[in-house]
Amino acid sequence: MAEVLLQNVSKSFGRQTALEDVSLTVPDGSFVVLLGPTGAGKTTLLRMVSGLDTPNSGEVFIAGRSMRGLPPAERNVAMVFQQYSLYPHLTVRENMEFPLKSPLLRTPKAEIARKVAEVAEILQISHKLDNKATALSGGEMQRVSIGRALVRSPSVYLMDEPLSSLDAKLRADLRIELKNIQANLGATFLYVTHDQIEAMTMATHVGVLDHGRLVQFGTPREIYEQPVSIYAAGRLGQPHINILPADLFGPAPSGAAYIGMRPEQILQGEGQDSLVKRVEHLGDQTRLHLAFRNHDLTTVIDAHTPLRAGDIVKIQPLKPFYFDAAGARIV
Amino acid sequence: MSYSITEPSNRQKWFAGILVVGYALLTLLPLAWIIATGFKTPADAIAYPPKVIFSPSLEGYVNLFTSRSRVTPEDLAALGPPTTWYDAIVRQYDMVINGPSRYGERFMNSVIIGFGSTFLSVFLGTIAAYAFSRFKVPLKDDLLFFILSTRMMPPIAVAIPIFLMYRQLGLSDTHLGMILLYTAVNLSLSVWLLKGFIDEIPIEYEEAALIDGYTRFQAFYKVVLPQAATGIASTAIFCLIFSWNEYAFAVLLTSGTAQTAPPFIPTIIGSGGKDWPAVAAGATLFLLPIMIFTILLRKHLLRGITFGAVRK
Repeated sequence: MAEVLLQNVSKSFGRQTALEDVSLTVPDGSFVVLLGPTGAGKTTLLRMVSGLDTPNSGEVFIAGRSMRGLPPAERNVAMVFQQYSLYPHLTVRENMEFPLKSPLLRTPKAEIARKVAEVAEILQISHKLDNKATALSGGEMQRVSIGRALVRSPSVYLMDEPLSSLDAKLRADLRIELKNIQANLGATFLYVTHDQIEAMTMATHVGVLDHGRLVQFGTPREIYEQPVSIYAAGRLGQPHINILPADLFGPAPSGAAYIGMRPEQILQGEGQDSLVKRVEHLGDQTRLHLAFRNHDLTTVIDAHTPLRAGDIVKIQPLKPFYFDAAGARIV
Repeated sequence: MSYSITEPSNRQKWFAGILVVGYALLTLLPLAWIIATGFKTPADAIAYPPKVIFSPSLEGYVNLFTSRSRVTPEDLAALGPPTTWYDAIVRQYDMVINGPSRYGERFMNSVIIGFGSTFLSVFLGTIAAYAFSRFKVPLKDDLLFFILSTRMMPPIAVAIPIFLMYRQLGLSDTHLGMILLYTAVNLSLSVWLLKGFIDEIPIEYEEAALIDGYTRFQAFYKVVLPQAATGIASTAIFCLIFSWNEYAFAVLLTSGTAQTAPPFIPTIIGSGGKDWPAVAAGATLFLLPIMIFTILLRKHLLRGITFGAVRK
């Protein structure tokens, strides 16, 4: 396992800038999640580390060693792709053996068999080992491709939305499993997702990417509680943070253009009247869709609330965030 | 895999069935006629009205593989009774077998040149197609167009320059010369076909292999090639069909050592009357290798042709 360091990395494809001056440290043994919508540069960043792409400028270091000019095979990284990318002409076992048999690792036979059996056990695919890779369900395929990474002990595991194509139940199981594996191995993970639950539950650090720039890097709690911008605040939190004109609830700090409130930053039962437009029972939580002076906002309420559409509820901001016109946080 | 969204109705199925059977009969009839003629006697072969039912004879095959000469009845009697069944057939016509004909050699030439050029076309085509598909090749589109442009006229249009070139280079009537020529003609087809097939193979597989610790070439060999097998097989069939059946260049450039079967078969007619059964027998045997090759690779060919239309 090793630390991964990106130093002022920039990459563009033709006119399109994919990464702009990104500097990032993935500490040894940490689980770093990169968050951002499609096109933010998350995958490009992974590919820079893996060596599948090379930066236009800047440098990548793994374990203190510059990766300049090194092909992927010599970087000793494992990667799980968003598409399954299992080798379709091989069986599940052969797929998982593939990296261990490479000229890079040249693992002894007995060791290969032991490793594959062990990882297959963890991922619950032992009974499928002799199936053709193409004869699996989507979830099984993705577990095999995670398995193909886990049989190795690389300097860093790179994962590109590995769970996005799975159903909810499997996703929840694998989330916990991956986190356990990372904790037990002390492995370094660089993990791309746009699923905030994955970010919140697995990450030791979260990096927020916006149009190729790293806008915030910190623990999930830091990102959630101290976002640097509207954009960063919008990456985490379910329901989404409410962004409203700054002076909607009364005087705002000078320079503030927007007020941002997560559900827990909306105090209910005090302040000014708002109209309940819809009550959404999600089982574990209940969402309240409110109208306040022609602005919509969403908050959370006790699961067994008696409130119904058309009711009036008093609300008031509680330690809200304030952002300037460009979206940067001031308070 | 998904084919059509709605199941065809029974009437549509019948119509399609009749169409397919009708077309099959139309294309198979000449083939059946050639095979049948090969087993007729010369008299039956030219009988009018044509004989559909006849007593089979191996005369055509015997004549195809032997060279014979006519002898006087006295000499024939002096030879004593025929020792083999094919001697017996030949002696009905007051002839004796002098030795084997050249058909075997010509056939082997076809095999060497046909399969040799097919191997070379597919080998070079795969490498070129991979490069065109995966790498940034300067002027890629122009080069691809240029490669295809060799197909924009009938190859025989350049027969005279090739004839003169080959004479200068000493390639006339050599196996190597014919292999190179057929490879040159087939290469454009094979590059274009194979590029299509390789384009269809997601690049993620190779990237996964690169990360799994393999070099570019190992990734190509271990991951791309097995998946391109279908495309390679169907390309090989197309290349083989062309070089196997090619007649015009073979007539022009070969006469002795490297002569292939197509220009040889018609020359059978000349020796000793119009020996249609021998010609038909030669054609039948000549059909076989390509038929076997195609049947062996049929599964790939079918998948190959529909490749891209069918979701993998």
